[in-house]
Amino acid sequence: MTVVPVIKPVGDTGVLLEFGDMIDPALFDRILALDAALRASSPPGLLETVPAYVTLLLVYDPLVTDYTAIAAAALALVGTSSGGVLPAVRDHLIPMCSDPDLAPDLAEAAQRLGMAPDTLIAAHLAADFRVYMYGFAPGYAYMDGVPAALHLPRKPVPVRSRPVGTVMIAGGQCLITTLPMPTGWWVLGQTRTPVLQLAAAEPFLFQPGDRVRFRAIDRAEFDAG
Amino acid sequence: MGRCVLLVEQAGPLTTVQDAGRRGHLRHGVTWSGPIDRAAFAAAHRALGNPHDSPAIELSHGGITLRCLEGEVSFALVGGDFTARIDGADAGGWTTGVLRAGQRLQVRDGAAGNWAVLAFAGALDCPRWLGSAATLALVGLGGGRISAGDRLIIEAGAPVPAQPLPRPPSTTGPIRVVMGPQAAYFEAVAQAALVTQEFTIAPAFDRMGMVLAGPALVPLSVTMLSAPLLRGAIQVNGAGTATILLADHQTTAGYPRIATVIGADLDRAAQLRPGHKLRFAAVSVADAIAATRAADVAESAWLTLVAAGQGSLADRLASANLIDGVVDATGVV
Repeated sequence: MTVVPVIKPVGDTGVLLEFGDMIDPALFDRILALDAALRASSPPGLLETVPAYVTLLLVYDPLVTDYTAIAAAALALVGTSSGGVLPAVRDHLIPMCSDPDLAPDLAEAAQRLGMAPDTLIAAHLAADFRVYMYGFAPGYAYMDGVPAALHLPRKPVPVRSRPVGTVMIAGGQCLITTLPMPTGWWVLGQTRTPVLQLAAAEPFLFQPGDRVRFRAIDRAEFDAG
Repeated sequence: MGRCVLLVEQAGPLTTVQDAGRRGHLRHGVTWSGPIDRAAFAAAHRALGNPHDSPAIELSHGGITLRCLEGEVSFALVGGDFTARIDGADAGGWTTGVLRAGQRLQVRDGAAGNWAVLAFAGALDCPRWLGSAATLALVGLGGGRISAGDRLIIEAGAPVPAQPLPRPPSTTGPIRVVMGPQAAYFEAVAQAALVTQEFTIAPAFDRMGMVLAGPALVPLSVTMLSAPLLRGAIQVNGAGTATILLADHQTTAGYPRIATVIGADLDRAAQLRPGHKLRFAAVSVADAIAATRAADVAESAWLTLVAAGQGSLADRLASANLIDGVVDATGVV
């Protein structure tokens, strides 16, 4: 499958490649492959690449190169063999505790979805998630894969501050927080696995494309850290 | 010159440590940060003979008051119309100066500008994250926010004579943008309004962005999958309110960006005070890159003057003419 992206300028420092408008794992594989190929070929003046759900942003230094050169470098790799090699994808299993005080939205979410809280958690634990992009703040990895039966819109107004490690969902997305802050997402539990480790040489647990599943742990295991 | 210790007696809420920025982690949700007024930051360090990416203090309308507890240090205050006073005596703005043990340095905003850079000759001791002291204000990572009671420790470098610094070549005219990348989310009339109507800087601004008041640019849809964005993006919410995103912008977002301010004009826009009017003009990406390159040439020439410091008035005028010539040659407004 060769998908030719729509290419647009982002000011005088970016090239945005748009591959579609619907989340699609196969399409995302193409984005990741092109991302990897571009990073490997590293055309002069290319500073960074940023993959997201259906887009890939290429950031360049306008004193070194220009929009046309970077867009051409990307297009040359689309559909070629070097543009089709997927980077290594890692699997993660995240322990999560859903005791009532760690899952303050579980009861209401279950009620709205017309299911028992245990059924909701079981569906969450059975789901395969995938990291599509980081955003909002350092370490906020947006995972797609919430089963359709669990889709809930965000609450209209963010409520109560939640600690780091909060596992929460909204629509088809799941997040593990890296900052304490109020949220309008539905909090289903808490993990002690840090997605962001500030002092580590490689502070980010996930790379875009990684696969994630959750496993339930009891309070004793959670408290043991 | 040895160690210098400064006590922060007072600091406005937008006071942070910044260096040239933290690159390489946009894909992990880490924006570049760095100074809002990049030319001012560069000038402050050039005037002091510091490496260009050294940490410095960025401040806004709240100003800052420092008392020198120990040692002495040369400083540079650059940006807007911000001015310094040493023990109550006016030391001006766009200047270098020396702060000695027992003296108090007060920086206050003047008639123009939202942001200033206060740099010290030598090395400011501060935390770094991912190799950078730039503070991402939302989370306080990097050198961090500066507030009353903090102590700044500086390994002071060679002293620099106190003297006024040449200001950068003035740039006027509309703020230039490249349309998009999500211009298609807007009707033609809204796209036209952006580049024909007048906007006003709203009171709300910080390191993430500055809100604009003006014609509502209501998007056709806000059901957009989050996509990456860059500094300078003009993002529009569902109500049609536009915000220019600055150094601490989110790396991805789900609201459409009708246009993106070009690098050569962004910091000038960020220095416009709330209440100030501005207009946008659309340019091609090729013209935007040409303008950025021309601005870089002009800035390099100006920074050479800043470094030289004592250039005569005649020298400065000659160089200013040269700079104007460079800018004019590219058709820059």
